[in-house]
Formats: sequence, structure tokens, C-alpha cells
Amino acid sequence: MTGPAAGAAPGPPDRGVRARLGRWRDWLIAYGWLVLVWNLLWGEVSWGNLLGGLLVAGVVLVFFPLPPVTFGGRLRLRGLLVFGVRFVVELVQASLHVARIAVQPGYVPRSAIVAVRLRIPTDLNLALTAEALSLVPGTLIVEVDRAGGRLYVHVLDVRRPADLTAAREQVRALERRIIAAVGSTAEVRRMRSEPAEKESS
Amino acid sequence: MTPGVVADWLGAVSLVAGALLNLAAAIGVLRFPDAPSRMHAATKPQVLGVLLLLLGVALRLRSPSDLGMILLVGVFQLATAPVAAQMIGRAAYRSGRLERQLLETDELAER
Repeated sequence: MTGPAAGAAPGPPDRGVRARLGRWRDWLIAYGWLVLVWNLLWGEVSWGNLLGGLLVAGVVLVFFPLPPVTFGGRLRLRGLLVFGVRFVVELVQASLHVARIAVQPGYVPRSAIVAVRLRIPTDLNLALTAEALSLVPGTLIVEVDRAGGRLYVHVLDVRRPADLTAAREQVRALERRIIAAVGSTAEVRRMRSEPAEKESS
Repeated sequence: MTPGVVADWLGAVSLVAGALLNLAAAIGVLRFPDAPSRMHAATKPQVLGVLLLLLGVALRLRSPSDLGMILLVGVFQLATAPVAAQMIGRAAYRSGRLERQLLETDELAER
């Protein structure tokens, strides 16, 4: 399904209707999620909890509206699986690595801050990549340049220049996996068309 | 061995592994030289440690209502830990609480 383009000018009526439908869908998903959370928090699904959840979720959505996040992609099962499995593997690797240098006596890790330009600079992709990055090997976001689609990444335990290149490559691989899981068809195509583009700055 | 015993043992192993990882994370937070490095310890081993603890608890409790709660804790842990770490890391960078001699390059400063 094609979502509304970010910051698009009021286009033909068809797009306006579709944008409104997309917003309704987003709203319904948020509503359903909040009701589910409410029921899980109470530990059981009952009529009372369902009713209370509907009430509380409604209040939350009315009084704390979120900025509309345009989700223009679609979920791909295979991409999601690949992302999930790699995520768990990398989380374990990263945890063991950080845990090891934490307890290694007398070792002071050196670090670096590198800039990585994302190929698909949408808000959603920036947010997802930034979230996932903090949990996989060696990287942590220190600053996000939303306009330029750049992430500034803190890399822990840099021993040689090759580590920096590896960290950059890792960020880009992560972005690729996220787009393969939730990106739109156009984004996947764009990702393929610039495969090994080198960092310009 | 009944499935219950196996689950109990797996749960115990997960609990111990998770606790050890959290201990390592705590040591990392204490020992790493500056705030951004510390945030590495506060995200990765800490999150995996909590997830393992939750897995251990789930394997020992094995009741649907507890599983829902455990799932929620896990989801929110995954969603919030990176955000908190990023906020602290950014604040540390902006206020200059950073060991510059331990930094190989800083492409944020060149911006």
C-alpha cells in the first residue's frame, strides 16, 4: 500500500483520500495496540479490561496525539525474518564484546565518532536504524541530522582504521536489512541502485 | 526428565546468564572512560541481560498472564534503552564530557 509522501503538497483528490485513509489506518493500529497493552498490563483479557482499555486508549490518543509518521512501505515476511535473526545474533555478539572489554583488566577502549549518510532519509527509516544501531555491535547514536539524513555514530573499541570502515559498513548493512523488511518497493529499488556508494565526506 | 524439569533448568541457566551480563554491564558503566562509552555498556549487555532474565522468569512461571507482562517488559526495554542512551550520549557530547584523547576521529566536529 502506498502511503502519503512526506511533506507532499495537496495533490490530486485521489491522493488526498488515500492520505486520509492512511491516517485512519495508523490511528486504528495505534488504538488497537494501546488496548492490547492495557489488557496485557492487567494480565487478562476480560470485558471490563477491554472497555477500560478502549476508554484509556481513546483518552491517550486524543490528549497526546503523535506527529503523523508516514509509513509508505509494506511488511515483507522474509525481510523481517532476516532482520530479526541477524538482530538477535548481533545483539549477542555486541553484548559479549562490550562485556569482555568491560571486565578486561587495565584495558581502556578508544573510540571514534563517524558520520554515516543514509540512502533512504525518511523519518521512519532514520528512527528505526538509529534504534537498532544502538543495540548492535560497537555503535551508538550521538546525533541525528534529520535534514541531511545523516547519523553520527559513536564507535567503541577502535583499534585500527579498518574498524571505522567496518562500523560504517555495518550501519549501511543494517539500513539495507531494515528497508528490505519494511521499505516500499521504490525504496528497495533505490537501495539496489546505489549498492556500494562510498561516503562522500 | 519431564518437560517441566527441562524448562526449569533452562530458566535457571537463562537467569544466571542474564545476571552475569548485567553485572558486566554495571562494571562497564563504572570503568569505561567517558559518558558515550558508558552508554555502550548501558545498552547492549544490559538489554540482552534483561531479556535473558525475562526468558528465565517466563520459563519458570509458564502462565499466560505472566507471559503477556513479560513480553511487554521486553518490548519496552528494547524500545526505550536506545532512546535513553542516545539522549545521554548527545547531552554528554554537547556539554563536552568526552575524553578527546581517546577519540580517533570526530566527524561530528567537522560538520
